[in-house]
Amino acid sequence: MRTPAHLADLAPGQSATIAAIEAHAGLRNRLEALGLSRGQRVQMLRRAWLAGPLHVRVGMTELMLRRADAARVGLEAGLEAWPVAA
Amino acid sequence: MAGGGVSTIAVLGMPNTGKSTLFNQLTGSHAHIGNWPGITVDLMQAEVDLQGTPAQLVDLPGIYDLRGHSDDEAVVRRFLESTRLDLVVVVLNASQLDRQLRLALQVRQLGLPAVLLLNMADEAKRFGVSIDTASLAEALAMPVVLLSAKYRRGLGEARHQMAKAIAKGVTQEGTDGAQAAVAQLDACLAEGDDALQRQIAQLMERSVTLPPQWRDRLTRRLDGVLLHPLLGLPLFFLVMALMFQAIYAIGVPLQEALGTLLDSFGQGVIAPLIRGLPAFAQGFLLEGVYQGIGTVSAFLPVIFLFFLAMGVVEDSGYLSRAAYLMDAFMERLGLDGRSFVLSLMGFGCNVPAIMGTRVMRDRGLRLLSMLIIPFSLCSARLNVFLFMASVFFAPRVGGLVIFGLYVMSFAAAIVTALLFKGRFASNEPLVLELPPYRFPTLRQMFSRAWLEVRHFWFWSRRFIIFGVVAVWLLNNLPFGVEPASAQSFSGWIGRALMPVLGPLGINPKLAVALLFGFIAKEIVLGGLAVIYGQANPLALGHALALDVNWVQAVSFMLFTLLYTPCLSTVAVIRSESKSAKFTWFSVLWSLALAWVTSFGFYQLATALGWGSLVLH
Repeated sequence: MRTPAHLADLAPGQSATIAAIEAHAGLRNRLEALGLSRGQRVQMLRRAWLAGPLHVRVGMTELMLRRADAARVGLEAGLEAWPVAA
Repeated sequence: MAGGGVSTIAVLGMPNTGKSTLFNQLTGSHAHIGNWPGITVDLMQAEVDLQGTPAQLVDLPGIYDLRGHSDDEAVVRRFLESTRLDLVVVVLNASQLDRQLRLALQVRQLGLPAVLLLNMADEAKRFGVSIDTASLAEALAMPVVLLSAKYRRGLGEARHQMAKAIAKGVTQEGTDGAQAAVAQLDACLAEGDDALQRQIAQLMERSVTLPPQWRDRLTRRLDGVLLHPLLGLPLFFLVMALMFQAIYAIGVPLQEALGTLLDSFGQGVIAPLIRGLPAFAQGFLLEGVYQGIGTVSAFLPVIFLFFLAMGVVEDSGYLSRAAYLMDAFMERLGLDGRSFVLSLMGFGCNVPAIMGTRVMRDRGLRLLSMLIIPFSLCSARLNVFLFMASVFFAPRVGGLVIFGLYVMSFAAAIVTALLFKGRFASNEPLVLELPPYRFPTLRQMFSRAWLEVRHFWFWSRRFIIFGVVAVWLLNNLPFGVEPASAQSFSGWIGRALMPVLGPLGINPKLAVALLFGFIAKEIVLGGLAVIYGQANPLALGHALALDVNWVQAVSFMLFTLLYTPCLSTVAVIRSESKSAKFTWFSVLWSLALAWVTSFGFYQLATALGWGSLVLH
């Protein structure tokens, strides 16, 4: 299973490494303060229905964020695996 | 040192670190709202004795980053730039040092004397996080104390380290240097994120051991159910309904009992005391001033219970889950799930719901929420509607009318949000922490609720008492008139309003009742009884039914639903928004919406000839 390019497209259960935050200073500050910064491992826990928010885990913190904001978080490319065999 | 030999200590920390609990534990119950030049939000402060050193502690809003530009971050920056500080106490969540150390590093960059308090040690231990505080203190060159404010562990050590740090600052006079640095806050913090990130990684490597696997199975399991795509929302509504029921099942009888008690005190104690005075003065004191105090007091039990419940929902971590569940819908209205929770609570009473918007830190979001909450059909309005429905409709139709009013209440909130979401746009991205589930202690809940009750009493009493007295005077002047009769000032106003209210089917008597309703919807029925001169509810019903038809009655109900809920709501909108302009805007908008809705309904219904239909 290929890692998608952005956090917004990560499937539940999948994890990846953050490559870049492509957001304006305000959003970038907030994301980084909550732990979403370059080099950190991030895991998608669940995605709400009806284009609702995402529930992710990074380091020791769990967050909800909207898809539009998550689309600003770029992920490192790779054949990163599911916790279960894909 | 700030004037009079008292040291000033700022308490700084990220949101969700238990900072306020810690502040309360350190200061006891002496905290009050402080006045700081140029700072527009309420900062709690308290004078304490730190092992012989007198100090004033100031609780700053929780922030993520000293460089950020959210409203709260701006407040903290302004405070740091304009206040001479002897010490900064940095509060972090011990289990989240992997990202929170950033704030401690920034304070160190500013060169401010600091003590680092790692709160929630109990949770860190439960999750398998272990911290070598001695090594961390050495690396950061500031004292580090691991503690748990919730279970009151490590507080003595914290006080000791704070006193020691202040004593050290006095001998070194190091604070002048710090002041100079803070004046160029941005320049001091210019150091790149990568450098900060590297420092955090080094500190973590050196002093903190994280568990190999996430251990909080309870949170994982609860989230599996509570955030479930199908079960999540029904469970959320069930929780809200139960909470609502509990608050008002206990609160309303308490409110009534308090009312009866105040009433008999007025009649039994105050009335005999002032018997010698002229009748007008007696009325003024008893029905004006004393009634005004009673109106304020009547809210206290419900506010107390509301914040007990709100404390559980917020501190347990469920409030941010509610935001997650409702966000798909609320995002389209320019709001988030927390506004939804508060609007629901507003169906009991708008006043605490508006005070509760403080959980949202973004000003645009808060104002928009404050604008829609008054449309929630509160229990006081429901009383009026139940009475009117029983007078004008058969029970089955009456139920439909009440249901229709609830639908209108939601519709008004949604329309308002859609119309004004651009004007009160939220600047902050919605990125919320979903903390592990926690159970607040009774002590935490009670001290929070008590604080809110004091807050309401402090801010609202003058405003409300003034309003009650003003309407009493309108009803009773000029001297010697029958109260609220056609000859009184309010009777004049009722007639003067006819060009505006006439097209809604509202006659001068109902207009005077609306004037009463501006104070509180609880007194609308009492007002009608005075105006129609009928104390008995059945007789009042007959008199009303003879005077107006059901179309007029529904128009009156719609107006009552939508215009200013009560003086107390206006008072808290004023004190929470800190803006007279916004308060006026909110009042005028609700009046405009009420007028348009009633006008549309009355004119349409009259054109269709519904007025002559008999529905009873």
